Amino acid sequence: MKTLAELNEIREKTLSEISLRTNRNYTGREKHILVCGGTGCTSSHSKEIIANLEAGIKANGLDNVRVIRTGCFGLCARGPIVVVRPEDTFYAMVKPEDVDEIIEKHLKNGEIVERLLCKDVDGTLVKSLDELNFYKKQHRIVLKNCGLIDPENIDEYLAFDGYKALEKVLTSMSQDDVIKEISDSGLRGRGGAGFPTGRKWQFAKASENEQKYVACNADEGDPGAFMDRSVLEGDPHTIVEAMAIAAYAIGANKGYVYVRAEYPIAVQRLQKAIDQAKEYGLLGENIMGTDFKFDLEIRLGAGAFVCGEETALMESVEGRRGEPRPRPPFPAVKGLFGKPTLLNNVETYANITQIILNGAAWFSSIGTEKSKGTKVFALGGNINNVGLVEVPMGITLREIVFDIGGGVPNGKEFKAAQTGGPSGGCLPAEHLDTPIDYESLSAIGSMMGSGGLIVMDDSTCMVNLARFFLDFTVDESCGKCPPCRIGTKRMLEILERLVNGKGKEGDIEKLETLAMNIKRSSLCGLGQTAPNPVLSTIKYYRDEYEAHIKEKRCPAGECKAMTKVVIDKEKCKGCSACSRKCPVNAISGEIKQPFEIDQDKCIKCGVCIATCPFKAISRV
Amino acid sequence: MSNGCECGCGGKDEKLEKIREVIAKCNGDKSQLIHVLNEVQELYGYVPTYVQKVISDEMDIPMAEIYGVITFYSRFSLEAKGKYNISVCLGTACYVKGSQAVLDKVKEILGIDVGGVTADGKFSIEQTRCVGACGLAPVMTVNNDVYGNMDPSKVKDILAKYE
Amino acid sequence: MEKVNITIDGVKMEVPSTYTILDAAREAGIDIPTLCHLKEINEIGACRMCIVEVEGARGFATSCVMPVSEGMVVRTNTPAVRDARKVTLELLLSNHDRKCLTCTRSGNCELQALAEKLNITDIEFEGEMTDGELDELSPSIVRDPKKCILCKRCVAMCKKVQNVGAIDTINRGFKSKIGTACNKSLNDVPCSLCGQCITACPTGALREKDATKAVWRAIADPDTYVVVQTAPAVRAAIGEEFGMPIGTLCTGKMVAGLKKLGFDKVFDTNTGADLTIMEEGTELIHRIQNGGLLPMITSCSPGWVRFAENSYPELLGHLSTAKSPHQMFGAILKSYYAEKQGIDPKKMFVVSVMPCVAKKAESEREEMKVNGLRDVDAVLTTREAARMMKEAGINLAILEDEQFDDPMGEATGAAVIFGTTGGVMEAALRTVSEVLTGKELEKLEFEDVRGEVNGIKEATVKIGDLDVKVAIANGLASATAIMDMIEKGEAPYHFVEIMACPGGCVTGGGQPIHDAKTRATVDIHGLRKAALYEADKGLKRRKSHENPVIKQLYDEYLEQPGSHKSHELLHTTYHKREYFND
Repeated sequence: MKTLAELNEIREKTLSEISLRTNRNYTGREKHILVCGGTGCTSSHSKEIIANLEAGIKANGLDNVRVIRTGCFGLCARGPIVVVRPEDTFYAMVKPEDVDEIIEKHLKNGEIVERLLCKDVDGTLVKSLDELNFYKKQHRIVLKNCGLIDPENIDEYLAFDGYKALEKVLTSMSQDDVIKEISDSGLRGRGGAGFPTGRKWQFAKASENEQKYVACNADEGDPGAFMDRSVLEGDPHTIVEAMAIAAYAIGANKGYVYVRAEYPIAVQRLQKAIDQAKEYGLLGENIMGTDFKFDLEIRLGAGAFVCGEETALMESVEGRRGEPRPRPPFPAVKGLFGKPTLLNNVETYANITQIILNGAAWFSSIGTEKSKGTKVFALGGNINNVGLVEVPMGITLREIVFDIGGGVPNGKEFKAAQTGGPSGGCLPAEHLDTPIDYESLSAIGSMMGSGGLIVMDDSTCMVNLARFFLDFTVDESCGKCPPCRIGTKRMLEILERLVNGKGKEGDIEKLETLAMNIKRSSLCGLGQTAPNPVLSTIKYYRDEYEAHIKEKRCPAGECKAMTKVVIDKEKCKGCSACSRKCPVNAISGEIKQPFEIDQDKCIKCGVCIATCPFKAISRV
Repeated sequence: MSNGCECGCGGKDEKLEKIREVIAKCNGDKSQLIHVLNEVQELYGYVPTYVQKVISDEMDIPMAEIYGVITFYSRFSLEAKGKYNISVCLGTACYVKGSQAVLDKVKEILGIDVGGVTADGKFSIEQTRCVGACGLAPVMTVNNDVYGNMDPSKVKDILAKYE
Repeated sequence: MEKVNITIDGVKMEVPSTYTILDAAREAGIDIPTLCHLKEINEIGACRMCIVEVEGARGFATSCVMPVSEGMVVRTNTPAVRDARKVTLELLLSNHDRKCLTCTRSGNCELQALAEKLNITDIEFEGEMTDGELDELSPSIVRDPKKCILCKRCVAMCKKVQNVGAIDTINRGFKSKIGTACNKSLNDVPCSLCGQCITACPTGALREKDATKAVWRAIADPDTYVVVQTAPAVRAAIGEEFGMPIGTLCTGKMVAGLKKLGFDKVFDTNTGADLTIMEEGTELIHRIQNGGLLPMITSCSPGWVRFAENSYPELLGHLSTAKSPHQMFGAILKSYYAEKQGIDPKKMFVVSVMPCVAKKAESEREEMKVNGLRDVDAVLTTREAARMMKEAGINLAILEDEQFDDPMGEATGAAVIFGTTGGVMEAALRTVSEVLTGKELEKLEFEDVRGEVNGIKEATVKIGDLDVKVAIANGLASATAIMDMIEKGEAPYHFVEIMACPGGCVTGGGQPIHDAKTRATVDIHGLRKAALYEADKGLKRRKSHENPVIKQLYDEYLEQPGSHKSHELLHTTYHKREYFND
């Protein structure tokens, strides 16, 4: 249990030790080596890098160097990432065996190891993180501590104004003051739908009950999205602090964080943060000497996308199948265990402390008229700079994909970006200049979603992409209501027909009828948005659908069933090599005459293409 | 029989004792069912029927409800997985970078389908939806080892490591 | 009560603020289709049939769960609503085994009725169907998952109302189905066989195990002497299968219908019920006077007995050892009656018409045999008996009344009220009181013990100097509450009546099935119960010990209640059941 004065002492002391990480004018001899300990970099052995660094530092008696395992830096494509501060040298794709060289050259002799420096997409060597185009247009609020502090050390969190927002709230603000600040900031829910956060808090406060709960949705089920995980891994205390603030504002004293069990690092760090906060008296009874009490508990999911839906999440927290409940009653009235509950997602909570500390006016100065602040996106797919970015609302898709993301690799063309995951839609090149905010994305048939942004190049078949998402939805539908349970299955069956070259006239219209009714009739958000990937691809790529049905052709060449393997009669010398290798005896002909492939027998395995010495065989 | 060990060790079922401890810590709180099942899955690699029965008896939750929960969440399995569980990510980021071809290759080499276990009990395959290592897409994992930037041609050599 | 003003389809009305849109619409005579909704039992908003438009609201509202609010304007019949309902229903039908012509629920199926109502003439969205195997291993209940529409009414009934939880939703998404733990047969899980799931089911996905074929075979065999007996609750409900109003007492018509079916004799299980009172009452007196295990609990309801064997094996000693009335009666028919009439009991085939499906399993128990012969050879539900009559072209509604056959057709009013909750208790008290005190009761009605649906009723009845504490429970959730009290040693009762089905036998799992709307708007239990009390009042003899047939039976054959012979024929044992041990 720490007093306010003791907390301040810790802040000052720790800041003096770690300010060199942000102070570019630092002239002392201390060095901090920040190594990314996010899931991506950990998977590529950043733990071993840390171990090697620590061993080398010890062996060489480098008592001025500290190694810190941080959260995600964002540029996952170049991981594992090692940053040396204060000089801000940015090493990319470091291997454990590179450590000796870093120690020898950089730490002992002050020379930069050039071969490990990060190269920008255009090939230029980048000496420091600031020089990377990837970071130039970013604005970090949610991710401000990620890659900067040791997430497992509460003192480092405290050093950068940690728990000051909670202190401000508890010592100088009423419940209504807090809610007003959040409302005025214009913050909207980052889980997808964009409901005004302040209003949500207001509803929860207005519900009268002795027992209320706050909850955090960290069930990041959207495949290809990892924003929430990165916040929990890189800055878990910001969630603990924000939930305490929310609990104070609505009058709750217990909170639950619902996290995917697939995120072991996030779970472990969050648990550690909770334990440390308890130890410091920032959770528990009489927080900061006031009569406010608050406890926080982690509940693990077990693999069900639908549990990201708020009522399904509550069913799951209560230990049951994650089947959504009808609303009303809304969670603010009857949520967890039948009590009023405030549920926000991780990214929403991650904005709270900054709004409290810097004020609503500061926050609302960022972004567009209706969408304030920033949004974190997980860039993935056919894009150079795969990773995590935080950008101000209103930025265009073009800026994200090309300026920050570095464009499409392998000389291919940008075809579409998919936002909102299985609930969202595809944005074609014609919409690259759309400013990103809640309204404009839904106006063009997609949605903000939780922040997955997958880029597709011209080799992606949009019909097959729609099939992919429907396959996901069918798999993840809870099965409670028939439109979603049976309707999405019927849509998937039609799409499977299409990609297998068996589409029928009228299938597009059938898809549209089903889509419209599933959207309108389904019980929960999953079903209500499940048809979006189909509708948006039909909207922008109807010609591809028609080609699949009318010509039995896949314009992107992705649908295997519709490609044909053919022999170019001009090039074929009749050597019979292909026919001897064909596993299904589909190729025949007379020696020294052009051979032919029986398309009914051909299984499109491509062995013949590889076998032909004259490159006479190809897919069309 | 439900109280004895069925793992073939002939002695005290230590795993089951551990699960009983986990249940005891729940203090009769039925909302902890998924937590308990997560622990069982972690410990046994699946959720055996006799363990379900112990949970049912001690937490006073009907067997059918427990079974309903197990079959709802994809993390829980009813059968033991292989010694090496291969998991190929079919999340969007991995999918658009060709993870389906990686999965197909694994299936071809092992001769089993997703959800299956090889006859010698060595390998099993599952597909996952995003392990969150999208920067490494496409991603394949073998137990806790993560293999990023996969392509079908790498599968054979990786599997050979676990032979 | 607070009231709010709403408008539904242009009709302005004032309704209590606790109403849902569906409640209000029903009151206004506006028909909103439903499938999953079962008032106060299953209110989950799952089936999406009851969607309506509410002015100013985003998307459709789910009328079965959406509360009304001041100024609400609702439209239940717009093109968008009709289209959406139709598509949803077509989707359901595309995943439903549409063998309506051969379905036991044809003509009484909510899905079929809805298809007609919504003018479904074509199913546009055909495709793969969810897997599901027919499960007919249980002696009482058949599950046909291909006919299931996942409304979950059965699950709510089993888990919430009955506190059994033998079935639940398993798997996820399109693979979801209603199933049992480990996908076992219903026969291999702790199902109490009460059959309430069947009466909750809107389709033919749950039904009783058919016994009509076996009964037809027996009737057709000239060498077999086929006797039928009918439980009290049947007469209060069977008319409903022939379009008669709910709760019409049709004892005479029922007897006439059964005679037309070709049974050699039609007897009344009530005679058996009077016998049960004599045996059970004697056992109770014996336990009270000799410090036996108390409370003693009734054992007439086989669903309850099965539940106790599944869930409270260590408390089975509390159950009366008396067999249930139809089993006692069967045992007497194959011994005393057969001897008297000179019939070879081996050639006798006893059929019970019961409001119950658990009786089917009960009649198959090893303990329910005397000298290797089953007391009862086949059990028909009320529904099956009606089905047989229809098959034979008999319209029960227009038959002239006929009397039960002598000599085993005489029964008292005490027996007839066995069919509702509190009835066994009241019948027992009438007899026990007079036997113990030797004085005639001034008032026969023990209104304090007449139970409410799904509740527990407690009463203290003065019998001589003794304050007899009794409790009456119906529905297995109430049974659980009683048993938990006993387990903790906190049950202060001498005698407890437990019926597995909420409301007792009149609303048993074998009774005629009514749709969800009827269940919500008509007090089915109340009407059928009233019919039984009316029958009780109309009878000359209303106390079991005054039944001359019973007196004669003891004089000529059994000697006295609780005798050695009685025990051989009329008492039974119970045993613990274990599951999931393979």
